[in-house]
Amino acid sequence: MTVSEQEDVVVDALTREAAIWIERRDFGTWTEEDRTQFDAWLAQSPSHRVAFIRLETGWKRSELLSALQTFKPSRVTPSPRKRWWAIGGAAAAAAITVAAVGLSGAFDLKKPEFQTYATTIGGRETLALADGSEIELNTDTVLRVSNAAHGRKAWLDKGEAYFKIKHNAAHPFVVIAGAHRITDLGTKFTVRDEGTGIKVALMEGRARLDSTGKTGPRSVTLTPGDVALATPTSLSVNKKPAEQLKKDVGWERGVLTFDHWALADAARELNRYNTRKLVIADAAAGRLTIGGTFATNDVDAIANVAHEIFGLHVEHQGSNIVISR
Amino acid sequence: MVERSDNFGSAGLAPADTSDAVARADAWFAREILPLEASLMQFLQHNWRHKAEIADLRQEVYTRLYESALLRIPEKPKQFLFATARNLLIDRARQARVIPIDAASDLDQLDPASDTPGPDQIVIARDELRRLQAALEKLSPRCREAVVLARIQGLSRREIAQRMGVTEGTAAQYLADGICALVEHLQRGGKAKP
Repeated sequence: MTVSEQEDVVVDALTREAAIWIERRDFGTWTEEDRTQFDAWLAQSPSHRVAFIRLETGWKRSELLSALQTFKPSRVTPSPRKRWWAIGGAAAAAAITVAAVGLSGAFDLKKPEFQTYATTIGGRETLALADGSEIELNTDTVLRVSNAAHGRKAWLDKGEAYFKIKHNAAHPFVVIAGAHRITDLGTKFTVRDEGTGIKVALMEGRARLDSTGKTGPRSVTLTPGDVALATPTSLSVNKKPAEQLKKDVGWERGVLTFDHWALADAARELNRYNTRKLVIADAAAGRLTIGGTFATNDVDAIANVAHEIFGLHVEHQGSNIVISR
Repeated sequence: MVERSDNFGSAGLAPADTSDAVARADAWFAREILPLEASLMQFLQHNWRHKAEIADLRQEVYTRLYESALLRIPEKPKQFLFATARNLLIDRARQARVIPIDAASDLDQLDPASDTPGPDQIVIARDELRRLQAALEKLSPRCREAVVLARIQGLSRREIAQRMGVTEGTAAQYLADGICALVEHLQRGGKAKP
């Protein structure tokens, strides 16, 4: 029995063993062999499994602590960070991988020089640029950033990113997403690839959105609270309260806030962050409205709400969670 | 998620169902039992005088519960938990040849209706964050530092060691201790995420 330094905490031997496994998995080098040994330890006795589940559940809750992160001049992590293994070790959960791939201009001088950054499903990373600007990449996102001296240019190829741009009148920052181009005039904004078009939400400052649609080029200047949706056929701008916009970028802190959302919409949003998908198998169930704040990686929380509050039927099919009436 | 009222538990569990039973037991345990830990600890502390043994007793109660859940998911988790705890204390007291303390009084006060989870299980992240912070405050300074660097700053073990000016082995120890202590304090705080 280990008595740790903390006042008043007695830790039993198995809990301590489980903690060592979790520490090795999350912070050490975790090889296939470690994995095998860990699985063997788990299988050895239900008491091992119980100690592990208890600790894992509690420790997982503490992921939310990342919300306390204050904006620091952030580092770009070129190495993959290990993430959670599901209990039972069946599936590796989403890994955050930021791959910095520098394309050498020597091979093809005509190609723009840029670095590519990508996050996998469930991933999230912050890029700190030399000029003091910051870009947050949300789940499943591919972003290229120009390497040129006054490049100040980024391409959002997929997903969503939150740009916090240091203004420089001589060299405005430009984000290009498909046929759309956002020119920053000193600002904070998000750009999200919606498949059929892009959505730009402006938190602070000003930005111009130029979009090439089927009917030719269109342009609009965005002010705080503006949410623009640009598709090949339309360009619309809506105002949203600042409060709401803040909630919309909750992913930055690892949380999603649903305020009277249809269950189907909430599930779709959460699915962006998880490889385990929620499937709403029943249209009427999908229309039930839910509210609350959820961790982006916690598919089970929504399934729990569906089951406990609405009495819906919840079934695991493979890695998916199917919800029906 | 666990379906509580289905045909699971009928005789003759085929081997193919084994992993399914484990998954059900895991989920049931995390969802139904872990949130009750604060009350369980109170019960154990109230009824067992050797404080150093409480953590082991809790572990033993959990293991017994879990083993039962592998065979069949108990219908009333709260009653089942406390009945198991009481039986364990009686067993232990017999082995120790001491007179069992009357644990039944606490058991009688348990409200069967409170087994039904309410809407308060939709925990708003802010409240959860407050609980996490409170638990963090209770850690020893070195463990807290390690956990903060890991969880809030997202550093690796090596980076934490560098930052704290200790070896990686020591950092690993701080982290493991921190994980234990944080969960311990969180569990005492009661309410957990659903």
